[in-house]
Amino acid sequence: MKNSRLSCLGRNLSNFKPCITVFAYKTALIAVLGIGLFSTFGINTSHAAEWDSELSIEVRSFLNDSQRANQKNENLSLSFETEFYHDWDDDNQRFVIKPFARVDSLDDERTHFDLREFYWRKTFENQNLDLKIGLSKVFWGVTESVHLVDIINQNDGVENLDGEDKLGQPMINLSLDKDWGIVDFFILPYFRERTFPSLDGRPSLPFRIDIDNPVYISGAEEEHVDLALRYAQVFGDWDVGISHFSGTSREPLLVPSITATGLSLTPFYDQIEQSSLDLQATLENWLWKLELISNQGTLQDRYTALAGGFEYSFYDLKESGIDLGFIAEYLFDDRKEQSTSTFQNDIFIGGRFAFNDENNADLLAGIVYDLDNQTQFFSLEASMRIGQSMKVNLESRFFSVDDSSDAFFAIKDDDYIGINLTRFF
Amino acid sequence: MNNLSKTITLVSATVLLTFSSFNVLAETPEEKGLAIAIKAQELDKGWGDSSSTMQMILRKKKGKERTREMRSRAVETESDGDRSLIIFDDPADVKGTAMLTHSHKVEPDDQWLFLPDLKRVKRISSSNKSGAFMSSEFAFEDMGSQEVEKYSYKYLRDENIDGRDYFVVERIPTDRKSGYTKQISWVDQETYRLQKVEFYDRKSALLKTLTASDFNLYLDKYWRPGRMDMQNHLTGKSTTLIFSEYSFGNGLTEDDFTKATLKKAK
Repeated sequence: MKNSRLSCLGRNLSNFKPCITVFAYKTALIAVLGIGLFSTFGINTSHAAEWDSELSIEVRSFLNDSQRANQKNENLSLSFETEFYHDWDDDNQRFVIKPFARVDSLDDERTHFDLREFYWRKTFENQNLDLKIGLSKVFWGVTESVHLVDIINQNDGVENLDGEDKLGQPMINLSLDKDWGIVDFFILPYFRERTFPSLDGRPSLPFRIDIDNPVYISGAEEEHVDLALRYAQVFGDWDVGISHFSGTSREPLLVPSITATGLSLTPFYDQIEQSSLDLQATLENWLWKLELISNQGTLQDRYTALAGGFEYSFYDLKESGIDLGFIAEYLFDDRKEQSTSTFQNDIFIGGRFAFNDENNADLLAGIVYDLDNQTQFFSLEASMRIGQSMKVNLESRFFSVDDSSDAFFAIKDDDYIGINLTRFF
Repeated sequence: MNNLSKTITLVSATVLLTFSSFNVLAETPEEKGLAIAIKAQELDKGWGDSSSTMQMILRKKKGKERTREMRSRAVETESDGDRSLIIFDDPADVKGTAMLTHSHKVEPDDQWLFLPDLKRVKRISSSNKSGAFMSSEFAFEDMGSQEVEKYSYKYLRDENIDGRDYFVVERIPTDRKSGYTKQISWVDQETYRLQKVEFYDRKSALLKTLTASDFNLYLDKYWRPGRMDMQNHLTGKSTTLIFSEYSFGNGLTEDDFTKATLKKAK
């Protein structure tokens, strides 16, 4: 592996000594915390330049006894994120830096630092063209249960199971915004490896993942230059996106290998061509959604996966002010049992409550049911504001798995309830 | 043009003339109500673009207050409804959330929400007209642009309040998803600005009263309230909207109100 500063980001640093020392890491953490505290004094309140920070404390309680020696049934974690941005040149130029750090009581892999964003953007107003250079985050897609189409950023897998936490992706992005649609072109010069919880963390796989020695099919390894192109347009009630990605797969295959310390899994990153379509029709109370991908790897055969369904909303239920959304999505992957995704023939049924109260309380609960082997994955997320600058989140994940070949089987005893308290500065 | 079409043109012109003169002589209350709404819209045309800061104060019956802060930008379009962007600044947990609206004269509005944590742009349904905006006493439909086509009208009477003359006009929402069966509006006879509205709920009971005040004149032509008070008569709750930093002619165009620009809203 090449020693690059970037490869330190989003990684457990104590396991990756050639790169950056623990001391340097702690210094960075303290600097970030310091900057965050400084920002509470409000050095600038105009909208052209601003600091925003959030400090979160998370407690997770696991309902079943741990399976491995260093695992525990309770986990405490502290995270800090701060963002500085500055706009100038008539708001045609922007600079953003957004560091993130977490300290975890159990999992050394989850104790990590990442630059979520660190970019400069220039707008060429006459051409409706934007140029962005640096680390950034991009979201593509429409469905609620999975994010098939969303491929630019790597998952920060130590953060959460839902795949919604992402590592900052180095990019050069040209974005053209015309009447006939939005065209985005990406040059992605550096690959970010997926992060995985350690054996001590929960939920986690029962094998060591050899994150220090990933294998790439490309000789350029993490320096392979990936490319992506996207066209998006609104046609009346329809929002449509068509994308193509060419480069290093964000989703590694985990290949078993025998090492001195026993069996471990080596992340294996293929080169892929992935074409995708995402669309949403917004028809009064109905949102109809579809995400479709076709993926061809160098080693892996072409496969197709889709997620599609609807969300129907009842507004102001019985004049209570509460909105209730009913969500149903079907998930399909034609790799069947070889699928690295567990969602090869599953349905997701969920409900979303928006209480529309002064604390902005909401709740999203859902279950993914595997139509082939009856595996069930239950998830609940709720949040509400406390006062003017705090928020509390409740999160719960439950697994019901009998089929030992299902990917959820390895984490079936990691049911948990988590509470997250965030203070905004 | 052949003779037949000439004849038709002539006949149409005659019919139009007849009807117009008839209107002047005996305007029905419906026609007068519509004429007032059209005049108000005509007077308010041509403002181009605007931006402002809004502070929202939510009050409970027992007087407990909470505040919300947001910034808003809007642009007039040539043929359709206005486009607007609202960026939320406070409370902190929704800071950076932004809402883009392309309003239409007849069709339902198009609306997108930007969620800054996920960098996700979500198209949302605009069917939730009667829902509370930011848990205030303002419903989404009260915040939307007031196109003439959104109501049918009926002039009721003239009224003099504190030395000013008002037209009192009944407005009935044309959209069946509206939370109101009717609205009674007070339109200032000199400036045609909307001074007060009473909202009647689906049971035809008086639900809310909106009062606009602290008007300022911008670009020598456009009246904008500095303050709007919405009182809910059923719950006793009220919301005050305070507008500041109003500015016009910021050079905003329709291009500044797209899904791509929504992602950049700060």
